[in-house]
Amino acid sequence: MTLLRLNNITRRFPLGSPLYGPRKYLVAVDGVSLDVEMGRTTGIVGESGCGKSTTGRIALGLEPPDSGGVLFQGFPLPRIDSKKWRAQRRQMQLVFQDTLAALDRRMTVSALIAEPLAIHGIGDSASREQRVAELLHGVGLGEDHGRLYPHQLSGGQRQRVVLARALAPKPSLLVCDEPVSALDLSVQAQIVNLLMDLQQELGIGLLFISHDLRVVRHVSDRIVVMYLGRVVEQGRADAIIDQPAHPYTQALVSAMPRLPGGFDHYVALPGEPPSPTDRPCGCPFHPRCPLARDVCRQSLPELLPLGPERQVACHVVRH
Amino acid sequence: MKTATVETNRPSPRTVDLPTLLAVGWVLLMLFTALAAPLMAPYEITSIDLRHRLTPPVGFGGTMLHALGTDDLGRDVASRLFYSIRTSLLVAFGATAISVLVGTGIGFIAAYFRGLVEHALLLMIDVQASLPFLIVALAMLACFGNSLTLFVALMGLYGWERNARLARGLAITASAQGYASATRQLGAHPLRVYLRHILPNSAATLLVAATVTFPEIVLVESGLSFLGLGVQPPMTSLGVMVAAGREYITRASWMLLAPSLVIVITAVAVSVLGDWLRDKLDPTLK
Repeated sequence: MTLLRLNNITRRFPLGSPLYGPRKYLVAVDGVSLDVEMGRTTGIVGESGCGKSTTGRIALGLEPPDSGGVLFQGFPLPRIDSKKWRAQRRQMQLVFQDTLAALDRRMTVSALIAEPLAIHGIGDSASREQRVAELLHGVGLGEDHGRLYPHQLSGGQRQRVVLARALAPKPSLLVCDEPVSALDLSVQAQIVNLLMDLQQELGIGLLFISHDLRVVRHVSDRIVVMYLGRVVEQGRADAIIDQPAHPYTQALVSAMPRLPGGFDHYVALPGEPPSPTDRPCGCPFHPRCPLARDVCRQSLPELLPLGPERQVACHVVRH
Repeated sequence: MKTATVETNRPSPRTVDLPTLLAVGWVLLMLFTALAAPLMAPYEITSIDLRHRLTPPVGFGGTMLHALGTDDLGRDVASRLFYSIRTSLLVAFGATAISVLVGTGIGFIAAYFRGLVEHALLLMIDVQASLPFLIVALAMLACFGNSLTLFVALMGLYGWERNARLARGLAITASAQGYASATRQLGAHPLRVYLRHILPNSAATLLVAATVTFPEIVLVESGLSFLGLGVQPPMTSLGVMVAAGREYITRASWMLLAPSLVIVITAVAVSVLGDWLRDKLDPTLK
């Protein structure tokens, strides 16, 4: 069952003053559609600046899309900062990358985890205390950690606290924005596995945003590949990794370290990603694409089905 | 486990250093004096002893009859000093509290609403900042007359614009930082975000600002009283005493020095205390 559906959302940010000349826009997200199923994980990958975090914020209803719609459990999101919107936060939670900034340094870990319970008026103080202990245990921390302040914890421990805090009101959707990028590899694995265990246990829908294809592949059922604000390919995780169709996905997958073969088939992309304020016409990927033809420079490829449960936006690959 | 995860380099437990101890001691002494002035004062502040006019303090040729000497009308300087401390502290504490509360409130409102509200409030702040406070105070006192309550309220306007600007800046920084938006994201009411998160995180800075405002208010109060527009006789304040002592500065310098010293030491002590409190309130410095 579909928990969250983004329908053709666009988000652009005005640049400069409206007084001088025609206004320029930074198009952060351009016509993105994706689904998150209940109890399943959808991963978004792409390099920095491709609009994946903005997509996550729109999915959570933290900022409105300029066009397109977000449906959560079949209903559009309420107006931002309204009473209904605040009440709905209980259902949808965010896990941050920068945990030191996201946790108020003047509060103890227990107080931080109990806060969402207090905000939504869940339980009385005794049951909250018990729930905090449960949550601490659930994310692999001891009750001793509850008395510490965020700066006294390690990065991995803090990420566990952020996770416990997000899980406290029993949400049905969790958006993880680069949750492990600031951690070392061994801690990354712990947190990712913890996330997956908790998902299995609680049946939460996850939207997992990362630039790291390895991690996304590990956690996701479906993968959405973004480039310059657009979805270039989406489909089942194993299909995307094993048989990437879009040349950009192929390059990404080829750059993924793996045991057999190493970097044998590494496809090096020339140049830098173009600026989102000044997109190339036609396919946004064409200046760097090894397969680019005339049609790619002129018209924007639509996201069309290619095989079962798989969509690709490319003129060349489809023929 | 606990010590292994602590990442700060500071040695804990921190001992209180000597200047702070002295400052705490002085402020407590002042508070005690303010409260117990009627019990401590050997004479009425208005009782005149013309036979002992301008008696020097003990150790400078005076007697224990008037330990800190007497003024030009033979009034006991020590008694007047105790009552002056009482008046001046009342004015200064009251006014500082008003200044910080009003300033913080206005600053937070500006930071929360942004847009037009913020611009209007910033305009008010700029107007206040561009007017010399003493002129405004003189005009208000001339218009509304003088009473202690009005005087405290008026002094409370001193420095609010600085506190407002500071509070606005702190709130904007805080809301741009993770914890405020993270709490909003949890579904918290903006009031909760401001009162439970942004205020405690800004409190240290605001407190230090208050300890800067406090001595300034003592000085402005003294200045206005010196001009004859502040605390009115027969009440006395530190400023009133300095003003009276000015004319006798060469013949009876104790009349001026005693209240001046109290002003200076109190101002320094409150500043030192503010620094100490700021460190004390920050859990990351423990």
